[in-house]
Amino acid sequence: MDMKRDYYEDVQFLKEPVQKVWFVVLILALAVLPVFVQNYTVYVVNYLAINVMVALGMNIVVGYTGQVSLGHAGFVAIGAYGTVLLMTELAVPFPLALLLAAFIAAGFGFLLGLPALRLEGPYLAIATLGFGLAVTQIIGRWSLFGGRMGLLVPDMGVGSWTLSGDKEIYYVIITTTVVLGLGARTLMKSRVGRAFQAIRDSDIAAETLGINLAYYKTLSFAVSAFYAGMAGGLFAFVLGFINPDQFTFILSILFLAMVVVGGLGSTLGSVLGGITVAYLSLRMEVIQELPLLGPVLEMISEEFLTVSGLPNVGWVFMGLVLILVVVFEPLGLYGLWLRTKKYWKTWPF
Amino acid sequence: MLPQLLASGLSVGSIYALIALAMVLLYKTSEVPNFAQGDMGMVCAFAAYAFLTTHSLPFGWALVAMLAIALLIGVVFEFLFIRRAKEPTILNLIIMTLGFQLMLFGFAGWTWGADQRSFPFPISDIDAVHLGPVVVSQLNLFTIITALVLMGALFAFFRFTKLGVAMKATQQNPMAARINGIRTKRILAATFGISSVIGAVAAMLVAPITTLDPTLMWDPLLKGFAAAVLGGMTSLPGAALGGYLLGIIENLFGAYVSLEFKSVVAFLLIVIVLWFRPSGLFARHYVRKV
Repeated sequence: MDMKRDYYEDVQFLKEPVQKVWFVVLILALAVLPVFVQNYTVYVVNYLAINVMVALGMNIVVGYTGQVSLGHAGFVAIGAYGTVLLMTELAVPFPLALLLAAFIAAGFGFLLGLPALRLEGPYLAIATLGFGLAVTQIIGRWSLFGGRMGLLVPDMGVGSWTLSGDKEIYYVIITTTVVLGLGARTLMKSRVGRAFQAIRDSDIAAETLGINLAYYKTLSFAVSAFYAGMAGGLFAFVLGFINPDQFTFILSILFLAMVVVGGLGSTLGSVLGGITVAYLSLRMEVIQELPLLGPVLEMISEEFLTVSGLPNVGWVFMGLVLILVVVFEPLGLYGLWLRTKKYWKTWPF
Repeated sequence: MLPQLLASGLSVGSIYALIALAMVLLYKTSEVPNFAQGDMGMVCAFAAYAFLTTHSLPFGWALVAMLAIALLIGVVFEFLFIRRAKEPTILNLIIMTLGFQLMLFGFAGWTWGADQRSFPFPISDIDAVHLGPVVVSQLNLFTIITALVLMGALFAFFRFTKLGVAMKATQQNPMAARINGIRTKRILAATFGISSVIGAVAAMLVAPITTLDPTLMWDPLLKGFAAAVLGGMTSLPGAALGGYLLGIIENLFGAYVSLEFKSVVAFLLIVIVLWFRPSGLFARHYVRKV
């Protein structure tokens, strides 16, 4: 690990030429990806990118500011429903609707940040959890939101120029993800981000240094909710159809799992965690198709348990991963990456 | 109308109170807000169901077996997982319980599938008992009495048994308790076991009024947690009162204001209460020093 000697070294995004090359390669690879792969793969990449966005936002509030949130599915739902309703009911063009919905989510994030001023630990957990549940309950009961039946999502587009299909919306989603990712990274190296981290490390000490706790805590929730709202708006187009059952309490846990598996307080970590957890949860549903493990599990299920319940084995696995990460590698994938880097630092000696 | 609503609120409140008690008991000893509490109970209810139907045990034996399983799940959870974490933060503990909750949820879904089953309970939900002007179903009466008996037992346990006193000592000052020769880690495991048993009783009381499926305890858990927060996470009587209060308020809200948003009212209530009293109604506000 190189020591950081001054401020500019810390805020610098890509320090070494090698990193710059890899970054350009990554962007280029993302740009040409849809040309070479099938539609389904593009759908999967879209899905992962959405989850990465939420994980980035989640990391701001959980990883950097040190507050618990179990209600992020609510923000995603607000983003999704907001975007769709603004487009269908008020005929707002897509980019504006997406932004507006994200700002509405941010507004709710600000509101949720208010209890965070006085609550901590389990109290905050239950308040955020209650928020997430209340959002889906209200959406599910209100006819404007389509109730339990859900809403059909229109095509993405401005005026007569529309995008449809996974490959076409891919570029919108990937661009947003990259922009939001760079944004999160920049924000965390700014005055605001450092204030967040000071609050995480000790809120009383931060307050004595002149950090306005009320302002920064609510801001943290609002920014995080903005990310989730943005992700939700785009998620609606990936799904093509939204109903309240897609934004459950379990989804909020998965979002939390992403930042924990990826590594709390690391932007790279939440990208890795978002990809890993979202991919796992996608694969888990078809676990019996895995080579080797799949047939074995199927056999066990037939022998002792129920075959129809087999996809549930994914939850067992996911829960185990969460516990093991906390026990063995509290810094998550990012910690693993740091350790690997350290280990090979002096190679070949 | 009103006494009737109060009675059914009291019955639902009993369930919330039991879950709240289980969570508070654990929180006081270990500072773990146990999100797995509900699903630990759910798995136990499923186990009881399996004993009753496939193994066709008599109800009493199934009950005993279920309580034993509950105890085992609690102790194993502490021993295998919680004890292995090195200096966990609150967030880490929350995540571990959520992980365990996912595991149990997945396990139940895997073992028993997603079909909705009805839980064969020997006490009827339909036959009613007349208590003056109020008509209460036998099941509701049983729920209320069970909760009261369990609370009494818990009180006696903390008052008169050695383990109970040791548990209280560990809650107040783990270090001093250790110095006095109390094996605090075993106490912690025992607390997990006991709170798991209380949760399992609650799950068994929930099962006959709804259908048995893996999401059985989600709603009761959240309400129970809300009740615990309402009473202050560190006060056992507070948790019980919070449970009854929540059950009654929820029922009254459902009857007089809006049945549709009945299940949201619990969270509205705790947001309001926490706004004025950040540590709940019955707990002293804890001021942290640097």
